[in-house]
Amino acid sequence: MLTDRERQRIEAETRLYPHPRAAVPEALKIVQDHRGWVPDEAVKEIAELLGLSPTTVDSTATFYNMILRERAGRHIIFICDNVSCWVTGYEVLRDHLCRRLDIALGETTADGRFTLLPAACLGECDRAPAMMIDGEIYGNLTPERIDEVLAQYD
Amino acid sequence: MERVLTQNIRPSEEPLTLLEYEQCGGYQGLRKALWSSPEEIQQMVTEAGLLGRGGAGFPTGRKWGSVPMGDRARHPKYFVVNADEMEPGAMKDRLLLEGDPHQLIEGIIISSYAIEASQAYIFLRWEYQLAARRLISALSQAYHNNRLGANILGSPYSLDIHLHQSGGRYMCGEAEALLSALEGRRAVPRSKPPYPTVCGLWGKPTVVNNVETVCNVPHIVKHGPEWFRSLSHTDEGGTKIYGASGRVRQPGLWELPMGTTIREVLEEHAGGMHNGHALKALLPGGGSTAFVLPEQLDTRMDFASMEAIGSRLGTGTMTVMDERTCPVGLVWGLEQFFARESCGWCTPCREGLPWVARTLEALETGDGRPGDLETLEHHVRWVRMGNTFCALAPGAMMPLESALRHFRSEFEDHVAAGGCPRR
Repeated sequence: MLTDRERQRIEAETRLYPHPRAAVPEALKIVQDHRGWVPDEAVKEIAELLGLSPTTVDSTATFYNMILRERAGRHIIFICDNVSCWVTGYEVLRDHLCRRLDIALGETTADGRFTLLPAACLGECDRAPAMMIDGEIYGNLTPERIDEVLAQYD
Repeated sequence: MERVLTQNIRPSEEPLTLLEYEQCGGYQGLRKALWSSPEEIQQMVTEAGLLGRGGAGFPTGRKWGSVPMGDRARHPKYFVVNADEMEPGAMKDRLLLEGDPHQLIEGIIISSYAIEASQAYIFLRWEYQLAARRLISALSQAYHNNRLGANILGSPYSLDIHLHQSGGRYMCGEAEALLSALEGRRAVPRSKPPYPTVCGLWGKPTVVNNVETVCNVPHIVKHGPEWFRSLSHTDEGGTKIYGASGRVRQPGLWELPMGTTIREVLEEHAGGMHNGHALKALLPGGGSTAFVLPEQLDTRMDFASMEAIGSRLGTGTMTVMDERTCPVGLVWGLEQFFARESCGWCTPCREGLPWVARTLEALETGDGRPGDLETLEHHVRWVRMGNTFCALAPGAMMPLESALRHFRSEFEDHVAAGGCPRR
């Protein structure tokens, strides 16, 4: 399942640490980078590559918020639900996003375009409320601004 | 007022290259350090009175001083930068990471030298993508110019710095959990002792310091401890990056003398309250600090003064509420976050936090019952340091405890009115 490119990138990571297990988070991110999520088969092959058991790899995979163990949409929206965003209108924005995309937090739209997930404080408190799509941050959000931003993603 | 940590940071511009950083006086602290002994550097940082800027305020010199030194210590030793800034309302380390990566790198080299570490890691939260790009570029410049790698600047000292981008979890900000994460495990805290300075990453002596802490180190070495102490309004040395967000006119970050009052940050720098609304309360330094009331605004924002009023300095980045903000709803939001981010390792946190979050949800959405406040108070009493492995759950109790103390009648109104009167 893993491509040569994925294998090469994972093997390069193992050189940064004295133990192969330390490369697990990066290996998972590499797979996700190539496929959008981390399927069971990839967990098994990462384990084989690093000389670990699949359970060991999966125990790490299931812990971290950014590692997706289910197929996700083409674009991942992380909406910051933390205190400065809460004070400046998070609930209105969340409800707007859920209505607009017709999904609840943690779900993917029927057309596979967006997955909506809550995020820990994004560190954008001076531009709250904020969200992140595919690594890009958007601050000072209003429902109108959210509509403009969503239109940029196919 | 002298800006130290932010002197090279220009908003919305690229950070300084290695050459530009040197032209502004950068890497001079490193040159001086490499001509001193590690013990002398430790002594300087101790005398400077540098307290850890991650939120706990532990003396940096004392942390370094507990690392075994010399030939009898186990090697390799590790120096780790905690750049996992995920505290609700915090945003200060992002400024330093994005704005002046060479300052951080110089701080890492000197700090690593001071504890004789040969390997360093920057543990960066996944969401800080711009910081990652800028650090990768700055690290590569440092390697190409012999500021990193073998025999730095012709000295016998060698160091490698690796950037580790986290998989994302609030728990990773806790020092021991961060080490578990760096080893590729679930980010679960470890029982202490032994402390990481003796038995840390892969069982080797390890120091974990916050980004802002490390950024102070080159300046202390370059200008001396006395100069550093003179920057502050109080006896806790240096400057501090303060911030304000929420219901203020101009949210932002400002480097000011340590011990600047809450009032000065709020009224002079953040421009006061938004559109003439009234201050209700503020969280002074993240989600794990206790609420501060309007009558406490003249308190100095340093570790000792904030503790004296029953709160904490924390990260020094305040979240401000006005009279429209419901304290029950806000604390509900916070406790949902803490419950979600609990690593699940110990029972008071794994079971207690969801219970607290559900009780607050009931109060806020109209299912509150008499006795709910007592349930919350029960948790405040028992979910505390000594009953948990780490500070996550006890920290989560701070806003709840202070909200119950300051706004009890509003909690009672939620029961009586069958939900939040503001909804």
